[in-house]
Amino acid sequence: MVSFDIPQLSYFLLGPILIVLCGAVLAVVVEAFLSSRTRPKVQLGITLVTLVAALVQLWRIRGATTMDAAMGSVAIDGPAILFQGSILIMALLGVFLIADQQHFTVVASTLPGSSEERESLQSGEQMTEVYPLTLFAVAGMMLFPIATDLITLFVALEVLSLPLYLMAGLSRHRRLLSQEAALKYFLLGAFSSTFFLFGSSFLYGYSGSVSLSGIQAAVSSSSGNSVFLFIGIAFVSVGLLFKVGAVPFHAWVPDVYQGAPTPVTAFMAAATKVAAFGAMLRIFYTAFDNAYWEWRPVITTIAIITMLFGSFVAIAQRDVKRMLAYSSIAHAGFLLSGVIALNKAGLEATIFYLFAYGIVTIGAFAVVTLVRDSQGEVTDINRWAGLGKRSPMVATAFSLFLLAFAGIPLTSGFIGKFSIFSAAYESGNTLLVIVGVLSSAIAAYFYIRVIVLMFFTNPSEDATSVVIPSFLTSATIISAFVITLFLGVFPSPFLNFISSTATFIR
Amino acid sequence: MTSNSLVYLIALPLIGSAVLLLAGRRADRWGHVLATLASGSSFVVGLYQFSQMLARSGEERAVTQKLFSWISVGSFKVDAALMLDQLSICFVLLITGVGTLIHIYSIAYMSHDLDRRRFFAYLNLFIAAMLLLVLGDSYLNLYVGWEGVGLASYLLIGFWNQKPTYATAAKKAFIANRVGDLGLSLAIMISFATLGTVSFSGVKEQAEHASTGALTAIGIMLLVAATGKSAQFPLQAWLGDAMAGPTPVSALIHAATMVTAGVYLIVRSNFIFDAAPTAQLMVAIVGAITLLFGAIIGMAKDDIKKALAASTMSQIGYMILGAGLGPAGYAFAIMHLLTHGFFKAGMFLGAGSVMHGMDDEVNMRRFGGLRKFMPITFATFGIGYLAIIGVPPFAGFYSKDKIIEVAFNAGGVKGWIFGCTALLGAAITAFYMTRLVIMTFAGNKRWDAKAHPHESPALMWIPMVLLAVGSVASGFIFSQGNSLRNWLAPVVEHEHEVEVELLSPAVVSILALLLVALGVGIAVMKYLRTEVLREAPENVSIFTKIARRDLMQDAFNEAVFMRPGQKVTAALVDIDKFVIDGAVRGVARLTQGSGSALRTTQTGYVRSYAMWILLGAIGLVATIWIVTL
Repeated sequence: MVSFDIPQLSYFLLGPILIVLCGAVLAVVVEAFLSSRTRPKVQLGITLVTLVAALVQLWRIRGATTMDAAMGSVAIDGPAILFQGSILIMALLGVFLIADQQHFTVVASTLPGSSEERESLQSGEQMTEVYPLTLFAVAGMMLFPIATDLITLFVALEVLSLPLYLMAGLSRHRRLLSQEAALKYFLLGAFSSTFFLFGSSFLYGYSGSVSLSGIQAAVSSSSGNSVFLFIGIAFVSVGLLFKVGAVPFHAWVPDVYQGAPTPVTAFMAAATKVAAFGAMLRIFYTAFDNAYWEWRPVITTIAIITMLFGSFVAIAQRDVKRMLAYSSIAHAGFLLSGVIALNKAGLEATIFYLFAYGIVTIGAFAVVTLVRDSQGEVTDINRWAGLGKRSPMVATAFSLFLLAFAGIPLTSGFIGKFSIFSAAYESGNTLLVIVGVLSSAIAAYFYIRVIVLMFFTNPSEDATSVVIPSFLTSATIISAFVITLFLGVFPSPFLNFISSTATFIR
Repeated sequence: MTSNSLVYLIALPLIGSAVLLLAGRRADRWGHVLATLASGSSFVVGLYQFSQMLARSGEERAVTQKLFSWISVGSFKVDAALMLDQLSICFVLLITGVGTLIHIYSIAYMSHDLDRRRFFAYLNLFIAAMLLLVLGDSYLNLYVGWEGVGLASYLLIGFWNQKPTYATAAKKAFIANRVGDLGLSLAIMISFATLGTVSFSGVKEQAEHASTGALTAIGIMLLVAATGKSAQFPLQAWLGDAMAGPTPVSALIHAATMVTAGVYLIVRSNFIFDAAPTAQLMVAIVGAITLLFGAIIGMAKDDIKKALAASTMSQIGYMILGAGLGPAGYAFAIMHLLTHGFFKAGMFLGAGSVMHGMDDEVNMRRFGGLRKFMPITFATFGIGYLAIIGVPPFAGFYSKDKIIEVAFNAGGVKGWIFGCTALLGAAITAFYMTRLVIMTFAGNKRWDAKAHPHESPALMWIPMVLLAVGSVASGFIFSQGNSLRNWLAPVVEHEHEVEVELLSPAVVSILALLLVALGVGIAVMKYLRTEVLREAPENVSIFTKIARRDLMQDAFNEAVFMRPGQKVTAALVDIDKFVIDGAVRGVARLTQGSGSALRTTQTGYVRSYAMWILLGAIGLVATIWIVTL
């Protein structure tokens, strides 16, 4: 006799995710039934209201700490709130950029170069599927770092990934490149998801449980076949490392960052990192923490390779978006140092770094959306020469973001790097710190090179122009600027806040 | 006692300066009026504070105002706080009073300058910084003002920086001052390291128990600071070049106020020097050397402003000497400082008035016979002249005579040496000042063809007249019943030790007057009885040549500091270029090369990307397996 219990769900605690999902469904309906003229405004409104409402709901549950929100499948605790809050804030700033529909193809289903495409361009009936897709992705991202069993983790991973694959292919300019990127992202994403799923089954085989706590219990008691555990850890890591873009699972990052519409890149680069590192922290801190002797050397190796590879290759880049992509790879390496630290300082530092880095990333890509010529965005670095003379405000903002990437004091990047390296040092991983600081130094070279190019080089012949930013884009850049500076000068309130809340429940 | 209005003293000119600088050209029409009003209202606040102070009895006269907690790191706590006591009020009234007069004067003097607004902004900035210097309640607060006046001085010396020599003069002043500033910052650091505090009251308390070595070190560093700011030996070389600035600046900053900051610093730190006799003796020696040094240069200068600058150097030497003589001398150093503020500022303004009438000519060999054409300038300048050479009852007589007297009373060999130096200085002063007045106002006309001397407008001569009144009356007022000495007593704390009287005051006065008369006589013989040449004679003794070259001060600095410094710099540049940059470039090339090589892994084919993932996964498993073996 199979009995079936009615699942006990705490709708209040799951509220933030549910609000986002409801908004997404509503947006799908709107996309289907509203006329193309009113749609963009309505969709933008729905998306923003949804995200703000989710943030408000998140604020209301901020003190909660429980495993029982969804039958033990999700954990509501301090880190969960911080991750979800970071994702929502980044999504808001990202949607501000997405609101500039100039970047998106009118009808995504038309073949590039076909007569349908020309017609759709002339009719100007802009499709706005990017809004519901964004909301679905946000819901998946919010679920990923709070999931506490492997099944929920996998579902969340897919919910966040699938919309992103589509969004990457929506670019209006250079559509072929964009669609190629989307397809690559999809294929490789599916490939790595398979590893994640495969790894999950090994872990189930090892522990007889899919919950993180069950796996931890099995690791502590050393019951089960340890070969299953090693393969499980390795393959689950592959799935996670793919999402964060660590070497050698990074290859999609430059192609997708370059091909995707820049607003999508901004949102994806910032929020996906938070979600993936959030999940990674939870898994490694609450399920694999007793097996650290096994996984620490290999993850350390990957972190070192990632930092060095990202920094070295970024130097050889001539395209701003690709350069930022490699910089994001290098930053994945820095963030891994915080995961490896496996102490409370590491957790706090990683959370701070994720937020600071995400905000800077959105700000930097927001600036990229502004530098255009008649063909759309100009991403060739050499054509950014002399930008500081023509658009000093935009160039100044970009310089601050670059300095933050480089980790120069008085920016949030410095505080982030400092805290993450000190956490790594505290955990005894001196080698990692040395490599981290060295690759930061290498990385500083190409960040500062762009600043030199913008301010101290005469502009080239073929003029690029900086479009007047829309209100929402300016809002993104200004917020990112202010937050970056504020976290660099007065980090203590935020650090104290993280420190007081960031403890995983088990 | 606390007071809430001290901050207005500084805030008013500071706001004036900010408004003038930020408003830009829009403020061109009314900027100078606003600046003058800001300085004037600061003077009114000063007078109000003075009246309040007079109403209180001796020990309670000092007031303080805490603005905010500035630095709080561990045990190191500094408040941004102001303190107004009997010593600082003298300076406040001098700075704002003379400062306001010079603001008024400058309205007319600078009326043809396109950048008059910027000039007034800097003047206001200077007033604010100088007030902060004398009002700060700790060495650190003083330091802020100290740097602020240095900046204002730099900006104003180089005000006409379109002339490269003027810009160089500004740089020279700034660099020489930096050497002194380093002394002050070292003094502050030593004070914090050994006494644990940097506030005046705290240091005063701690000084009683501190070791003499530490106090001597602090004292010597403070002396270094004072020599920089006050153009004393061996950091005196910048003052003559500083005359590149507009003449009102020379009057205010490089005669009446800023250059006397060193005297303020030493008198303020009396508790340190009284406990460190070695440092105190060094102060007196520096003062004595400089008073002769300046006087000798003054004898040879044909540039009216540079002659006055040399005289300033020499007169400040008197003040430093007075301050170096301990409790007996502090009050007289300050008295001479105040009277000098009147008569020297007045004479500089007079020189400015002459230049105004003579088409900006400064060479006295191109003047002559001006007294008929500029009667008011001549009269006020003449009063200043009588004051500086120490003719009774003019101000200088009271203050300088007292310093000479105290110098003799220092006792023993020391007393004789300091006393005779001061007396000799007085004679030389009489000589070069008489020379200056004769060459400018008397004798034959040696003007350039285009010069049309005329009396300056009222806005210029009224301040000169007021300063002349001060030059006549101030000495008498300050010394009447030892008023200034008693006034300052609570601050400089002179426990009345029995003074050895080497020579009685009357003898000193008579000696001084005789020597002054001698100096005047020689000058009259040499310059009034014989024709002054339009060109400086070349066939003069080696001593005159050396004096004309400022006693080789620049040659010395260039040979000892500048050229070796340049060699070291050049060597460092080479090291930087070849060794450091070479390494950097090499690393960069290597990095870039490896970046390009690694880049080729990015083929763009999904199949190769997938292969990387597969290899990575295998690698992960393999590594974990190897690690756990």
